[in-house]
Amino acid sequence: MRITTRRTILGLAAPLCLMALALPLRSDGTGKAGAVEVSLCDGTSTMTIEGLKPGEALPRERAQQTADQMMQIWRQTKGEEAWVAWSDERDQALVRIASTSPEAALAAAAAAQAASPVADQPTKFSARDKMLWAREEKKWIDEGYKLYHSTAWGGTIGISCDMCHPDGANTHPETYPKYQSQLKKVALLRDMINWCIENPGKGKPLAENDPMMRAMEAYILSTRKGVPMEPGKH
Amino acid sequence: MKDRFLRYLDERDAYFAKILKLDRRDFLKAATMAAAGVAATGKLNNHSFQPVEVANAAAPEKSFTFAYISDAHLYEKKLNERFIRSILKAIDDVNAMTPQPDFVLFGGDLAQLGKPGELAEGAEILKAVKAPVKMMVGEHDWYLDMGEGWRKHFGKDTYSFDHKGVHFVVLNSVIVEDYWTAPKMTPEERMLAMAQLDNPNGRPFTVGDAQRDWLRGDLAKVKPETPVIVFSHSPLYKMYKPWNFWTDDAEQVQALLAPFKSATVIHGHTHQMLSNKIGNIHFHGMLSTAWPWPYAPQGLPKLTVRMNRADPFDEFDGCGDGHIDVLGGGRVNKNFNFWSRNPIRVSAAYLDSDGTVDLLPRESDVNY
Repeated sequence: MRITTRRTILGLAAPLCLMALALPLRSDGTGKAGAVEVSLCDGTSTMTIEGLKPGEALPRERAQQTADQMMQIWRQTKGEEAWVAWSDERDQALVRIASTSPEAALAAAAAAQAASPVADQPTKFSARDKMLWAREEKKWIDEGYKLYHSTAWGGTIGISCDMCHPDGANTHPETYPKYQSQLKKVALLRDMINWCIENPGKGKPLAENDPMMRAMEAYILSTRKGVPMEPGKH
Repeated sequence: MKDRFLRYLDERDAYFAKILKLDRRDFLKAATMAAAGVAATGKLNNHSFQPVEVANAAAPEKSFTFAYISDAHLYEKKLNERFIRSILKAIDDVNAMTPQPDFVLFGGDLAQLGKPGELAEGAEILKAVKAPVKMMVGEHDWYLDMGEGWRKHFGKDTYSFDHKGVHFVVLNSVIVEDYWTAPKMTPEERMLAMAQLDNPNGRPFTVGDAQRDWLRGDLAKVKPETPVIVFSHSPLYKMYKPWNFWTDDAEQVQALLAPFKSATVIHGHTHQMLSNKIGNIHFHGMLSTAWPWPYAPQGLPKLTVRMNRADPFDEFDGCGDGHIDVLGGGRVNKNFNFWSRNPIRVSAAYLDSDGTVDLLPRESDVNY
């Protein structure tokens, strides 16, 4: 019963609390039949709502009246100065809520973060971490380089990838995914690696998670990593 | 979706609209296509070199023509027939030329890994060429046995000859400093290292002191007004060192050619359309029969118009052969005979005018 009453009063008080910021209503049901006592969140202002049975919700209009009456009690207790300060705060909050979309608020936060000097950002990663990661990455790229410059992926006629694509030239990995007109479907880089394996290379296509496929992808992608995309140039 | 017949009508209208606006080059294309159509009826010999003559009073008269086949990169047949199909296609092309070219230049890299079987096979295949063949060596022919097998089949790798008033020089421009003895590389390892275009541990190609001395002596006997045409496997200029689209002593060779009124260099190795002019020297690249290389990421000569990127789904696209029309004054018109595209001619006038006349078709579909 107590819980139900509290929920009811909070429900009507919610718009007010949002505006009042530091002055949310606090409910304090008495459990008496036919009347519910409510109190403001300042802990001192109280008021009894007659005719409200426990478990019953106030209609929206009457709830707003109740909230307004509560705030008038608070105004009489605290004086005009406190009331004006609170009203100003409420108005500013209303303006911000009306003018700021969640997306704009997020963007503003991101911009503020980006504007702060990078050098001052603490990092939890040590030089050793970075060294280890670079070493692991290099392993994959080196393995891919070996495959790319050989027929170890199963080529049967001696042709290796570098024979047509020195230094990964014209593999343009950064342009995938894209509609590959010759295949009549959207292709990923691995689809074209497999196409080259099967056609000029006369080998069997690799499974998508084959370590050789992953290594060759790693090498090809590494040749263009971080380079701006210039379609047709590489 | 448009009805098929309506689409056909649209295409037909576009075609006729285009015919009304033909320039000389497009006319040549259309005429070549028309000639091919005639040939298909059996009235003419059908081949890629269908001669189409158009009136061109300003251009000097053609003196003679030679053809080229280059960069075949043959493996032994039991391993790989693809590149054999390609060189045979090129031989069909040059054998079908009417009239026949005075000779056919083979531009180097006959073999892929310099193996005796590859060279023997290449020599056998080239016997099918009807016109006389002039051989040039490439690094893929050379570095398994330092040219021993190649010389056994084809003789000297450096020589000169005179033909119809033009002095021709054939160089071995793929000499590199010894980087294999110290680390005790086997001949096979050396060959593989040299065959890898993007080998980060490679060395730059040179003509070298000995050959430049020979060239100086050879050219001393030639009058400055005699046109000189040089064949080299690598381009005799500096474009992109990491792939050896580069000759390290290029400037010294160019200096030997500078006294001549007309000097032209025809080179292989780059497998693409390339044009350049340095001083009085015109440079032209040759197509490969085996595969096209991508353009180097830097150093492309200003006068080069890039050929369209090759379609990997067409094994002949970006590949081909070609012929060279030597004009009266010794300058040349260089013809790129693409197997899956329209042929392109880079004229002497285009290079002489620094690319202001006889313009080339621009690269298109760069995003393709």
